[in-house]
Amino acid sequence: MAIEYVTGKNKGRVVLYALSTCGWCNKTKELLREMGIEFSYIYVDLLDGQGREDVISAMEKWNPRGSFPTLVINDKHCIVGFHEDEIREALGK
Amino acid sequence: MNFFGVTEPEVERVYKRLFAEAEGGGYHLNPDLEFTRNLLRGYIRNEQRYGYPSCPCRLASGKRDDDLDIICPCDYRDSDLDEYGACYCALYVSDDILAKTRILGPVPERRPPRRERGQAGTAMIAPGPSLLPEALPYPIWRCKVCGYLCARDQPPGVCPVCKAKKDRFERFL
Repeated sequence: MAIEYVTGKNKGRVVLYALSTCGWCNKTKELLREMGIEFSYIYVDLLDGQGREDVISAMEKWNPRGSFPTLVINDKHCIVGFHEDEIREALGK
Repeated sequence: MNFFGVTEPEVERVYKRLFAEAEGGGYHLNPDLEFTRNLLRGYIRNEQRYGYPSCPCRLASGKRDDDLDIICPCDYRDSDLDEYGACYCALYVSDDILAKTRILGPVPERRPPRRERGQAGTAMIAPGPSLLPEALPYPIWRCKVCGYLCARDQPPGVCPVCKAKKDRFERFL
């Protein structure tokens, strides 16, 4: 599994870096689904080798601490952690 | 969240064990049962795939020495409980979160980014020159998870307070 796409309202390029085991990543994913946003998500723990390294490096440009969930919106805005209000504000309406 | 190979009886068994250990040591599991059981599925999944239950909300390398600080309970739990009322993944919560006098919010990551992390395998090395007289009859060992101290030739196999394993101890004095 590399990238999973979820269809919905197009708000630009919305990418969620997540872990398959993480409760907060799961909450973030469910919030995006509930909001009906089109997004893609990557379970970084399921990647290995160079593929994992490349994804982590791309994510660290936005979130140098390398923590999850990291949500990148339109290659412009990054939200680290399950901040429901911030996510709703960035992608609502 | 559902994982292949993680059964509900196992989730229940792990929940009961961690609950008893937590309460016995003055800690509390998150009372949001659905959320907590979800975390435990990740905890068990990590135990299965890595051989140790690393934090479900952090990326493990799969090398125990590099992941020691994030094996649950992690080295950062107590500091985060003090400051935010929950550990990073929120498996453990403080008294005030349990009593609902404080609202649980996201806990920022306290673990240093990977470039700033220490070298693996430093756990048993004494921190610099000892401040104490040479005459100390036993070395003092500190549990990096809960701060428990003991004076004996080697650290205990399992921390009597938080149940962390021997390799989570550091030479304190």
